This record gives sequence, C-alpha cells and structure tokens, in this order.
Amino acid sequence: MASNAQDNHAPLRAQDGKKDEDDEEDFEYSPFHGIEKGAVLQEARIFHAAQTDSRKCQQVLTRLLYLLTQGESFTKNEATEVFFSCTKLFQNGDANLRRLVYLIIKELPPGSDEVIIVTASLMKDMTSNNELYKGGSIRVLCRILDSSLLQQVERYFKQAIVDKAPVVASAALVSGLHMLRENPDIVKRWSSEVQDAVQSRNPMVQFHSVALLYQLKSGDRLAISKLVSSLTRGNVRSPLAQMMIVRCVARVIADSQAYADQERPFYDFLESCLRHKGEMVIFEAAKAIVELNGVTEAELAPAITILQLFLSSSKPVLRFAAVRILNKVAIDHPMAVSNCNIDMETLISDQNRSIATLAITTLLKTGNESSIDRLMKQMSSFMTEIGDEFKIVVVDAVHKLCIKFPTKFRSMMSFLSSVLREEGGFEYKKSIINAILGIVRTVAESKETALTHLCEFIEDCEFTYLSTQILHLLGEEGPKTSHPAKYIRYVYNRIILENATVRAAAVAALANFGMRVPSLAPRVRVLLRRTLRDNDDEVRDRATMYLKLLGDDATGEQQEPTPRPKVLRGQNVSLAGLERCLREYLDTPMTEAFDMAGVPEKELVPVEASKPGAPGASGSGDLSGDLSLKSDFEEALQQIPEFADLGPLFKSCDAVELVEKETEYTVSCVKHIFASHVVLQFDMTNTIEEQVLEDVSVDVDLAEAEAYEEVLTIPATRLPYGVVAQTYVLLAYEQGTMPFGRMVSTLKFVVKEIDPSTGDEEEDGFEDEYPLEDVYCSPGDYLQRTKISNFRNAWDAQDPDTEVVDEYGIGQRDSLQDAVEAVVETLGLAACEGTEAVPPNARSHVCLLHGRTTAGGSALARVNFGMDRNYEVAIKLTVRGESQDVSESLHAIVAEG
Amino acid sequence: MGFWFSKFLQLFGEKEARILVLGLDNAGKTTILYRLQVGEVVSTIPTIGFNVETVQYKNIKFQVWDLGGQTSIRPYWRCYYPNTQAIIYVVDSTDVDRLDTTKEEFHAILEEDELKEALVLVFANKQDLPGSLDAPKIAEALELHKIKSRTWTIFKTSAMKGEGLFEGLDWLAENLKK
Repeated sequence: MASNAQDNHAPLRAQDGKKDEDDEEDFEYSPFHGIEKGAVLQEARIFHAAQTDSRKCQQVLTRLLYLLTQGESFTKNEATEVFFSCTKLFQNGDANLRRLVYLIIKELPPGSDEVIIVTASLMKDMTSNNELYKGGSIRVLCRILDSSLLQQVERYFKQAIVDKAPVVASAALVSGLHMLRENPDIVKRWSSEVQDAVQSRNPMVQFHSVALLYQLKSGDRLAISKLVSSLTRGNVRSPLAQMMIVRCVARVIADSQAYADQERPFYDFLESCLRHKGEMVIFEAAKAIVELNGVTEAELAPAITILQLFLSSSKPVLRFAAVRILNKVAIDHPMAVSNCNIDMETLISDQNRSIATLAITTLLKTGNESSIDRLMKQMSSFMTEIGDEFKIVVVDAVHKLCIKFPTKFRSMMSFLSSVLREEGGFEYKKSIINAILGIVRTVAESKETALTHLCEFIEDCEFTYLSTQILHLLGEEGPKTSHPAKYIRYVYNRIILENATVRAAAVAALANFGMRVPSLAPRVRVLLRRTLRDNDDEVRDRATMYLKLLGDDATGEQQEPTPRPKVLRGQNVSLAGLERCLREYLDTPMTEAFDMAGVPEKELVPVEASKPGAPGASGSGDLSGDLSLKSDFEEALQQIPEFADLGPLFKSCDAVELVEKETEYTVSCVKHIFASHVVLQFDMTNTIEEQVLEDVSVDVDLAEAEAYEEVLTIPATRLPYGVVAQTYVLLAYEQGTMPFGRMVSTLKFVVKEIDPSTGDEEEDGFEDEYPLEDVYCSPGDYLQRTKISNFRNAWDAQDPDTEVVDEYGIGQRDSLQDAVEAVVETLGLAACEGTEAVPPNARSHVCLLHGRTTAGGSALARVNFGMDRNYEVAIKLTVRGESQDVSESLHAIVAEG
Repeated sequence: MGFWFSKFLQLFGEKEARILVLGLDNAGKTTILYRLQVGEVVSTIPTIGFNVETVQYKNIKFQVWDLGGQTSIRPYWRCYYPNTQAIIYVVDSTDVDRLDTTKEEFHAILEEDELKEALVLVFANKQDLPGSLDAPKIAEALELHKIKSRTWTIFKTSAMKGEGLFEGLDWLAENLKK
C-alpha cells in the first residue's frame, strides 16, 4: 500500500494498516450507519404492497424511527405520505409490526385532520383481545383524541385501567396523565378506577396509578392531604409507588408550611420509609426529610444515619446520591453531618471523582478545627487528579472554611499557595487569588504570608490580568508591612521580565513604595530612572510622572519632593469629567497649573454590605472601574450651560420609547429628576436616508400636567440620517412634591429632502410634525431604589402619623412572584431583606420596600400580597415616609396605575 | 415481486384481491364488512378512518378496506386507491334525499386514474327497510348506464338479513378470475 515515493514512511504505514484491519474487526457498525432520508422514504413504498412482508416493513419502520429520533425533519408532504402508507400496515396482524406502526404514528406529527384516519383502527385495537394491541393503541389514542371522541371511548379507558394485564393498565394510566392536561374533566371521572388500580399487584401499575391519582387531586389541597394520608396507611408494596408517595408527602408538607406551628404532619411516615426494603424509597424519604422547611437536628438524625450507610455502599450511584445530599445539608446543618466525616474521608480516594469532590467539599464544611491540618494534607494529593471546575469548588470551600476558623489560616494558606504553583487555567487561578485576598481581608495576621506567596506566584504567572492585580495589591499593602524592602525585588523583577502592561503596573507599585516609605525613596528613584528608556509609552510616562512626584527631575538632580498631589486621591475621579477639564485646559494659554479640584468626582455607587458567606463577597479583589449609567448622564447634562445650576442630579429614569419600532424616526425619552426641575431628554434617530431634519424639538403639552411649568426647550439643530441627536425640555415643579403628569408630545422639525443621486440637500425645507406617545411622570420617578439592611429599625424611625394604609385589587396574575415584581416596579422602590422572592406555592407574601426621596428622606412600604383560588391578587399597602404627602403619593401610584 | 408471487399462487388456485368498500356515511359499509367476515350483524359506530379485514371466500383472499363515509374522511379515500382490484359501492336505498350526492361521489371515483382497471360492484343496501328503492331505480339514480368500458353490476342487498352479499362476492370471484 505504500508507494515508492513514500518509502521512508512505509514501515510506519504498514503498521498503521495492520492496526486498521484490527479495528475493522473490533468495530461494530451501527445498523443505521449511513442511512439517508430519501432512500428510506423510497423503501417505505413497500408498505403499499398488497402482500406486506412483515420483517422488511419492520426494518424500514425502524429506520424511519431512527431518522425521527435523530432530529431529521420531514416536510408536511413527506410526513403525510409516510403516514398514509403506514396506515396500510393495519391489514397485517403481526404484533411486532403493529407496535412499530403505533410508534411511528406517535413520533411522526401527521396533520391533526389526517390523523383521524387511524381512529377507527386504533379503537378496534383497543377493544381487541390482544394485550399488546390494547396497550399500544391506548398510548397512541391519547395523543390524537379530542374531547368529543374521548367521551365516546371513555368506558374503554376505564376498563383498560382495571385490565388485568399490567401492560394495558399502565398504558391507560399513563395516557390519563397525558390527557389530564387537555381534558381534565373527563379524566377526573376515572378516579374510582384509578383507586382500584392502586391495589394492583404489579409494581409498575401501582406506581402509575399513584402518580395519576396525585395529579387528579393536585388542585385541591384538602383532597390531596386526605389522599396522601390514606395512601400512607394503605399497603402499597411497589417500591416505585412507595417512592412516589414519599414525593407526594414531601409536597404536601411543603404546602402546609403556612399553618404549621404544630407537629409536622407525616414525619412519622417518612421516618418509617427509611426502614423500607427498597433503596429508592429509603433515599427518597431521606431526601424529603433533609429538604423539609426549617428541619430540626432531631428530625434530621435518622435520615443522616441512613445516608451514612449509603456512603459505604458498594454501588457508586448510592454513594454519589448520599454524598450529594449530605453536601447540601452541610450548608445549613454542618453539625448534623459531622458524624459521617470518617466515612467521607474514605470517599476522598473514591474512584469516582465527582463523589470525591463532593466528599471533600462536604468535609470542608463540616470539619472541626482539629481535623483541618489532616484534611489539607489529604487534599493536596487529591487536587492533581480532578478537573479545574472541581478545583474551583474546592478552593471556594477552603476559603469559607478559613473564614470560619481564622486561627488555621497557616495550613490553609500554604495549601492555597501550593495549588497556586501547580498547573491550572485562568478561572482556577483567579479563584485561588480571590480566596487568598479574601483570607487577607478577614485574617489580618495572614497578610505578610499571603503577600510572600503572591510574590512568588507572580514570578511565574502567565496571566497578565492576575499579575497586574497582584502588583497593585503589593503597592497598596507592601509599604504597610514590617519589611517593605523585601518586596521591591519581586516588583522590580517584573519590570525587567514582563510585558508592557505588567511593567506599567510594576512601575506604579514601585512608586507607591517610594512615596509611602521615605527611607526607600532614594532606592526607588534609582530603579525608576532605569525604566525611563523603556520601549513602551505608558511605562515611560508613568516612570516620568512618579519620578517627578518623588522629587526627581529625570536629570538625576535631587529636588524638594512635590507635596503629595491630588492625583493620588484615588479612583473616585470621574474619568469623563477629567478628560473634559483637560481639554478645556488645553484651550487656555496654560500659564497656570491645571487644577484638579475642578474635576468632578465620580458618583460613588453605594456599595451594599455584602452578606457574610455569600459567594460574591469572596471575589472582590477586582478593580472595577465601572461608571454607573447615572454619572454618564450627569456628565452630559453638565455640559449644557442651561442646566448647570439645577443642582445635583437625583435620578435618571429608564429610557421609554415614544414611537413604535421601525418607523421613520425613533424617539426615546429619559427623565432626569433634579430637586425642583425635571429635564426631559429626547434621543432621536432619523431613519430616512433621503431626509435631513433641522431645528428639531419636542413640543410638550402640559394641559394634563398642571404641576409642571415649562422653563425652556433646547432644540437639536440638525438631525442627519442614522445619527442620534438630543433635544431637551426643562420643566419646573414645586420642590418636595411628587406630582403626576401626562404630557402629550409632538416632534417638530424642518425637513429637507436630499437628492439621492447627488447627495445634495435642497435649499428650502418645510415644517412638519410627528406625533409621539405621551410622556408620563409619576411619583415613582421621584424615588430612588435604595436597599436597607434593617427594615424594622427604619420603619420604627418614621413618624407613625405619616402612615397611610389602603387595600387594592390588582387583578389576575400568573403567580404571586409576578404580582410582587409588578408592584415593586411601579412603586419605584427597592425590595429589602430579600422579600422580593416569593417562596414556591405561597398564597400570601409580605414585601418590604424602601426608597429615597428627592429631599433625602425615606419612603417605606410594607405590601401584603394575597392570592385567591382564581389567581386574583389583592394587596394591602402600608406606607410611611418623611411626610404624609410622600405616603399619599405612593398610594396614588397604585391607585392611578 | 409481490405481484409475481401472487401470480405464482394463482396457478394453484389461491388468489388475493384488494377491495375497497366505499359509499356515503350510514350506507352500511361496516355492517357489510363484518357480515362478510364473521357472518353476523355487529353493532357499529360511525367509522372515523377505516376498518380492514381479510375475507376468505371461494379460494380467494379478499382484503377488504371499509373506508369511513363522512364528508371529513372522503378526501382521504384516494390514498387507498392504488393496487385496488375492485370497488364495492354501497348505497342506502332508503336515503332518497342524498341520491344526487352519492351519484356525484360515485362518478368521481370512476374518474380516478388509479381505479381504471377496478371492477365495480354496486350494493343497493337496506332492502329490508320499508320505502327502499329497488335495484333498477338505484341504477338509474346513479346513472350506471353511462359507464363505458368497465365491468360493473348492481345487487340489491340487506346487510341485516345477509341477503345479496355473497352473490356479490360470487360475481367478484367470477370476474376477478378473468
């Protein structure tokens, strides 16, 4: 096989060839290998033959089914043709062939009008004596029957449910489950038959009947509760059915939370299930117990004991299931799980790495102080064997453990630093760095150790992002340590060895040492001077600047150090503002030094106190420089002289579209709220290529917004095709009020046509108008969504006289969660203490809301939600605020909206 | 291949025939089918779709397809036309009001290309009921005399009493052998 030209490869090839042959022998070709839709459709023609060959037809049907399950799509015509040819196979009585015909009718989606052609045949099969026909046809019928036809054959379904052949009974029960969605009324009439089927000796029938029975009653809490208690007393033998009952019980318990102060119902039953013979029942019961809302340690104990037995099972699936649940339990009840620690420690060496990872992370949650050292040792060997995503989980767990046992930081820090040195991807390394930084933040004495580890890490770090982050941290923290000098070597090494970005960061870090530790300043100056000839602009610029600050004018001559300038006042300078000020400065003769004091500060986004233990809290080593949307607007507005004296911007509302999508002009409106003014900013786009608009403004009719007074309008001089331009309308209102307003607005402009051939625009334009949707102002616009951590205190701090209470019906909602979101949205307040999340299946809910008014005061609302059987939601709104006006305004929002 | 195979069987006297039973709804098609197959009257409901049964008669295996006669199902009759040797067209002899409709459906079937070779056997059914028209009247109403170049006949039948059905099969057996 090797040609002469490839002689040198010949031996290799020969070997390969031999291997191929071996492969061919070993390789099992799929019977469906290379089959093709067109060919199969051709083959399907044999269905038309007067004498059908059952075996051959079965093969073709199998191929068709294979294609369907592979996601091959059939056109309407192809599906119709295949469908009708398959119907001809009803003449053949072969049960195997018929079974495939049933399957293909179910899988093919024939048109709903065509599919009726098999109804008579299926109904006949359903009443035949052949059990296989019966079961199969029932399963197809449940897909194709409409309610009127279903009524005709209802009695056959009822008979089938109590049929002595399990295959028939199961088919009917499962069909019942399917049809319950479309025809609940009919299926509900079968409940006595289903009840009989529960007594069946066949495990599968029992399972299906329990499932259907539960679904039948699921709308009615009382009935469900009764059903479950009768089922738990009855003698259901099938493990599958028993497991189903456990699940039902779990749901009943979860639903009954609202009234449960007394003893938990059905707990005894769950506990007895823990002693069942079937593993799946035991497992399901244990799972149900640990997932009980507000489960106590005493309730947990028996379930944990069972799961502990599972941990040493020979079946991997049981070990996995058990350790996974224990892992979850350990989050809330680490003490309850600690009994299993010994078993889990053996699982660290489990062959299945998923089990091992779960065991490790569980141990990290449950471990006590004495076992940490041992654990860390075990883990170091384990870490090399698992994938990055598992490692991240482990690192996070270590981080949390360290917060719990700060005294043990040494062993954990050394574990983290050792894994930091090993191979790993960016996400993994980042999570380690974050863990280390998190530990530094909580355990002060760990700082120096951590810095040393990090220094070693950047010696050999391939991720620029992490290097710069660590260099920044070194610059900040290094000078505060007892021996700052020892870090300088590490930082300077970066300047010699790294890429430009890292070098620049290193220069900045180095300069920090020089400025904060005067004794080091001369040495730092020497080092910095060396970087003045770096081949990167940024590095040179930084070096020059810092040298200047350190009192060195690049010639090497010593000068009086410049007093600590404001440049270093931190990151809270608005970058856009700084750029604007610098541009303005460049326009002046530049005789005076640039004054930093004139640069506006960046709006400080109030940082929420992160909850302890929340995963987000661990990861904030990032230098996030996000400017919020608000300050962008503020910059833009400040550039307009007319708005300069409005005072600070209180809030910018979300943009609202004022025209339908894809019209000639798109216009959206943003309301900027100031203490006694509102600026309406209209962002406009011209989407007509042949037009240019000039002198564009929005005319606002204040007839239905009496509380507002128009001060001035700033038109956009020119709006060419495809460009966004702004026009503004300034409105005044009485300070401290929160007035409603509906403003009919119209776009006014002068149109000039553009000659499409030359691109020249016409001299004369004509005035035109374009109606926009109304602009609405509501009290919600005058509130800023701010969260507070202690609602109770804030509530009590308000004058009770400002309290206003009223009740409203807000119509039908899909769920309580929906209603909560809608109300929170319209009120313009922020939900506090996590009350925006409605627990599943709740019928009532209390939401605590808070917001800040333009005057700086608070507006607090307590909203009680209730939902009735028809999904009608009613709310009771209790409001307290800085004044009664505020409270009433909030009510007005709901009343008007 | 199936074709040659059946030819081969034919030599030994075993013969297969595919027969469609058509006609308006409530003409008695399903009752006729089961009268032929099991020999007794079964209670039926309007056929939504089709019934297919094999009837062994005089060394011929008739594969009889009884297609539902409701307006919604009639458009799908054509899907079952290919490879059909004979049509049994069933008319409710008492349903005087719909004779025109049944005539139109009947002639539409005769127009079909795929049924050009098929024998046509008309059953003037429900002869046991009072007020039923006799065979010549039905033949006239269906305008059977207009049929050219095709073998056809008409029988008066009563599916309830079992009269005339097997005479029809006899005629089919006779003519299929040709």
